[in-house]
Amino acid sequence: MKDFKRISVRRMTKRFGEKTAVRDFSLEFGKGEFVTFLGPSGCGKSTALNCITGLIPITSGEIFIDDECIDDSRVKVPPERREFGMVFQNYALFPHLTVRENVAFGLKLRRLGRVEIERRVGEALKLVHLEGYAAKYPAQMSGGEQQRVAIARCIVLEPRLLLLDEPLSNLDAKLRVELRYELKALHERLKVTTIYVTHDQTEALALSDRIVVLKSGAIQQVGSPPMIFSNPANLFVADFVGFKNAWKARIESMSEKADVLEAEIRVRGQALKARLPYPDGDRRRAAIVKAFLSGDTVRTAIRPEDIRVGSYPGMNSLRCIASLVEYQGHASQVSAALASCGDDAEGEPGERVDLRSAIPVVEGDCLDAAIAPDSILVFPEPSRGPEDDEAQEYST
Amino acid sequence: MKGSGRSGAFFLLAPALVFIVLLFLYPFAYGLFLSLTKADGAFTIGNYARFFSDARDLRTVWTTLTIAVPVTFVNVGLAIPFSYYMRRGAKGEKIITFFLIVPITLGTVLVSEGMLSYMGPNGWLNQLLMALRVVKAPFRFTHNYLGVVISLGLQGFPYAFLMLLGYVSGISPDLEKASQMLGASKAQTFWKVLFPLMVPGIAISFCLNFVMAFSVFPSAVLLGQPSGPTRVISIAAYQWAFEKFNFNAASAISMLMAAIELVIISIVLVWRGRTYKGASIVGKG
Repeated sequence: MKDFKRISVRRMTKRFGEKTAVRDFSLEFGKGEFVTFLGPSGCGKSTALNCITGLIPITSGEIFIDDECIDDSRVKVPPERREFGMVFQNYALFPHLTVRENVAFGLKLRRLGRVEIERRVGEALKLVHLEGYAAKYPAQMSGGEQQRVAIARCIVLEPRLLLLDEPLSNLDAKLRVELRYELKALHERLKVTTIYVTHDQTEALALSDRIVVLKSGAIQQVGSPPMIFSNPANLFVADFVGFKNAWKARIESMSEKADVLEAEIRVRGQALKARLPYPDGDRRRAAIVKAFLSGDTVRTAIRPEDIRVGSYPGMNSLRCIASLVEYQGHASQVSAALASCGDDAEGEPGERVDLRSAIPVVEGDCLDAAIAPDSILVFPEPSRGPEDDEAQEYST
Repeated sequence: MKGSGRSGAFFLLAPALVFIVLLFLYPFAYGLFLSLTKADGAFTIGNYARFFSDARDLRTVWTTLTIAVPVTFVNVGLAIPFSYYMRRGAKGEKIITFFLIVPITLGTVLVSEGMLSYMGPNGWLNQLLMALRVVKAPFRFTHNYLGVVISLGLQGFPYAFLMLLGYVSGISPDLEKASQMLGASKAQTFWKVLFPLMVPGIAISFCLNFVMAFSVFPSAVLLGQPSGPTRVISIAAYQWAFEKFNFNAASAISMLMAAIELVIISIVLVWRGRTYKGASIVGKG
């Protein structure tokens, strides 16, 4: 393997006719890093991955490994000479070859000696816990085993970059978790630079050093898992990592501190205090201040787990009426309508409140919902440009 | 319901079974019986002995093989690259497919008639070649070996192509991508991944094409020289049956035709078995 320090993707764009699948994609990977592209289906994450491999030619932009250009308007190193490895969602094992032959495929193309091939295939199969499977054909193995072969087939070549395109999506829930652990352990051990594509936030959070959230082919946020999880850059990212309760709200007053923005907001007549973790200079802070000054509506984002039933000192209290209760074992998922309890239940439905309650709740109950000021995030109303079709998802 | 399951399945199979028995098994058994009897019904192997001792009849086996084997190799050999390049669809694919299917739908006789006029001594092809000064005198495309070969190519290639196209386009594109990512060039990917996966399709289309070419009759009569160079085995059988009215001798020739076809098919299937060892799942992974 040729050694390198970093891989840089600069302003990579891919258009299919009128449609832009990847837009101005810029990112740097350090050697040994595990980076995940996270986003819903159709967000361009797989296309971005395939553009980096060279399997899909890019429309514009450039890709560098240190100073070596592998893709721009003039140079185009073909995929087979980039020394990247790729694992596919459907495993893509060669059905006419045994496990041993599948893993040896790339080594044979490199014209290595028989003894060395044998040794490296053995090592790779050991790494993925498939000793003793060498003579089997892919069709004789389970999905999880096949995916392990696919991983072995890549790492045996010591690729400069390992790309995994939704590798766990075709497996059942239990295997998915198992193989996820193994991937993590494998990465800890080999430290191979990895790009992982998934729509599953749990996988992204569990595996990554950095997560890249994509929407409509554009990067929304790049950050560590804790940062993406607790401090999303916008309403789209928030929604994708589990925030709900995107209520329409107005900002009544605010005070700017160095690292937080304290705001009083009003949702359907009920007042809420929010301590927004937007430090000075944060783009989100500027957007909220602008919305406050112009009197625009904003959106809240609160995790259902952060809303408790009951009254607690120092926390916001909201009144709502439970409309749907789903028992989930350790807690119940409750859908409620924001309304003061004297209201006629037949009247106009209020904003929907999603919360999780540890205490039993019955449909029709009038609830006091408690929300800590620092579990509330506020974002500007998403713009509705032509590329923001998904924006309407927030209105529910 | 459980008890009637088996008999229910039998009744569903019945129409197909009736067809197979009436149209295949019975005529085959009857032909076998005829080939092993004299006109009066007495048992004999004389019909076979006669064929092997008649140099003119025996030569038809060789004549037919020299037509059928090259034609089959050319048809399948051309179908492999064509289907490879069109595996992900191509511009004008529908038009190409349409023109390929036309000769099948027109039937052998009409195609032969067409070839006779277009490729004959005064046909436009020869006029064109002479106008372009490629040839001085009209080139003989018809009434010879070449005519039969061209006609069988026109008839057989579409079958081979369409069948292989179904095979190649069924192979997951991810396999090609995987091969490429592992360092294989386009050619290496073709020979190491696609070709081995196409082998079952190649074998089947070779068998079908060979059987079609080996039992050639109308083209050999209309476009060849049925009295000499293209006197194929089916012509021999026809002459015994309908010129000499010896159905027993004709049946023996038919049985030998079937036997030769079976031998070639077995060879192809053995090749397939040696080349393609993997499971029968193609590319689904």
